[in-house]
Amino acid sequence: MDCVVTGGNVKVLAKAIHSLSRIGDELYLEPQEDGLALRSVNSSRSAYACFLFSPLFFSRYTIPLGHAFRCKMAIKCVQAVFRSLSSLEKTVEKCHIELDGEKSRLTFTLHCKHGLLKTHNLSFQDSESLQAVFDKESCANMLRAQPRLLVDTVLHFPPSLEEVSVSVSGERVWFRNHVDDEAEQSKAMLTELCLSSDEFDHFAVGAQTSITFCLKELRGLLVFAESTGLPVSMYFDESGSPVVLSVTDSVLEVNFVLATLSDDSNLCNHNNNTKRARSPPPPDDFMTDDIDSYLIAMETSELAGPSDALAPRSPSPNHTLTTPPSVAMRRLERGEEEEEEDTEDTERPPNKKFRSLFFGSVCPSDSQLTNQTIKSQEVLASDSEDDTQASLP
Amino acid sequence: MKFRAKMIDVGCLNHFTRVVNTISKLTKTCILRLTPNNLYFVLSGKVASGGVGMWCELSQANFFDEYQLEGVAPDANEICLEVTPENLSRALRTSQNAKCVKIKLTKKHCPCLTLVAELPTLSSVSRVVTHDIPVDVIPRRLWHDFKEPRMPDFDVSIYLPPLKTMKNVVDRMKNLSNFLVMEANLNGEMNLKIETDLVSVTTHFKDLGNPPWGDDGSQGRSQSRDPEVMAHTRVDIRKLQQFLMGQQVNPSKAMCNIVHKRIIHLILLHEDVSLQYFIPAVA
Repeated sequence: MDCVVTGGNVKVLAKAIHSLSRIGDELYLEPQEDGLALRSVNSSRSAYACFLFSPLFFSRYTIPLGHAFRCKMAIKCVQAVFRSLSSLEKTVEKCHIELDGEKSRLTFTLHCKHGLLKTHNLSFQDSESLQAVFDKESCANMLRAQPRLLVDTVLHFPPSLEEVSVSVSGERVWFRNHVDDEAEQSKAMLTELCLSSDEFDHFAVGAQTSITFCLKELRGLLVFAESTGLPVSMYFDESGSPVVLSVTDSVLEVNFVLATLSDDSNLCNHNNNTKRARSPPPPDDFMTDDIDSYLIAMETSELAGPSDALAPRSPSPNHTLTTPPSVAMRRLERGEEEEEEDTEDTERPPNKKFRSLFFGSVCPSDSQLTNQTIKSQEVLASDSEDDTQASLP
Repeated sequence: MKFRAKMIDVGCLNHFTRVVNTISKLTKTCILRLTPNNLYFVLSGKVASGGVGMWCELSQANFFDEYQLEGVAPDANEICLEVTPENLSRALRTSQNAKCVKIKLTKKHCPCLTLVAELPTLSSVSRVVTHDIPVDVIPRRLWHDFKEPRMPDFDVSIYLPPLKTMKNVVDRMKNLSNFLVMEANLNGEMNLKIETDLVSVTTHFKDLGNPPWGDDGSQGRSQSRDPEVMAHTRVDIRKLQQFLMGQQVNPSKAMCNIVHKRIIHLILLHEDVSLQYFIPAVA
């Protein structure tokens, strides 16, 4: 992979990364044919963001041929590359992103004035695909506004406010702070801002609806949108369905998908299911006993060659279940907790298959596992963690 | 009980906001007394507030274009509420460019002071922001706690040095000690002193001037006083610091009455607002 971003676009890229840092701790990077996708998700899976930079955004855009490459890195590391936005603007002429396959490093080289080169080598972990399931076009309600309007709106709420409720009806929209703690309700100050449809570029409302979602993540998008001056579109249905916030132009498409409270739940965080992901939330620690035995069982089931053709993942308006039915698992020495993508290399031993637990994937039912006879365990590479896992029954 | 008031003038709105900001820095909760002519923010100087007392008086006509009050009873035409000034401050903060701000007493999920601001927009319809600030209504039988405090029989009354200077001094002294002694005499001299085992620091101010209170009774003690003799009071330095931190506007007059070893009475006068702050002595 080899991409070059020049001029003002470097700052846009930097802002995108800062924006993503407000969502989650890891940056998922995936060069696709239709552009470079940068994604992040929060730990409770209630917020997801994707920045897709089309090839036109870059002055050079070369992606690895054939197999797909996906990786993830600690977002703080990437932020460190683009640390000071104001000095970026003044000194950086271009940014070169290259993949060093051998050393598993992504190299960010900033070409600055006076011939100065700043090179950052960031190591990454291979990762599975990360995509939220959502369909903007089918949403009943859509509002589009200049970012300034939304920025002015959230200004009325304190920075500490967690959740905001948005209600629409006819010609009006109301933004209210959401107080979900019973004890606080009698003492909390309630703020409500009413905007008329006149203030929006586009205002299409079906039935009267009210949704509640996390304000913090919205602010992350607004900071980005305001700097680009692009209008923000908000797509939503009834409460419980995720709200999609988009910013689009000819070279960039940004989507923030935020879970909304459904009527009978208390907090966004408790309700991962609002994201329409069919899988249960993935456990954070993959070294628990259950996962280990599951991993081992899977290891011994569908042994096969390199990963099958992957389902199309282009960000068309209809995002469907995106994780491919089988995600090959790399040797366990690489990022021990991760089920990783096979970055095709025919010289490697045959890869195991494993179903990702992330968004929209389907886990095999238990009965499937128990029916498998345990074949001989193939240890692909020795490693202390490998040994302990391989030794489990 | 009914209360409705409206502010249209931007200058009044800004000024009112600054007053509320100052109050919010002085205390977390206080009493708001609404009478036909005035508004008062009051702290009663009880143990709950650490013995600190506050009395801030605003003349409503200087701020509001419309003001309607119906008190709890015809013979007690006022309303007494317990409020959190920080909420009021927050509500006002983002309404600084409003075309109009209305404040009224409402009953939502509980008694509230509702602030409604109409914000200017490019379109024909204004943006309306509504803030519901929960308040507690104080029953009449407790009103005696919130009367205007009597001017104490002070020993020395003196004009304060510039508040910013005082604040800088007190800020640094706070790092060294928890207690500060304020002393002043009728010769326009004031000292701020701290003393610890290791160090004592004194800042001297001269030529401050003493307010001419005139011949009313409460000044009896100071009349025959030797102008060189200092009256002093030892106070908790954080309370003094809190007072100084909150000041956003330079007052037209700032003075301090010291009752020897009893209390410091700070008085700030602006055009249409007066603020009195009482800090009790500590042993």
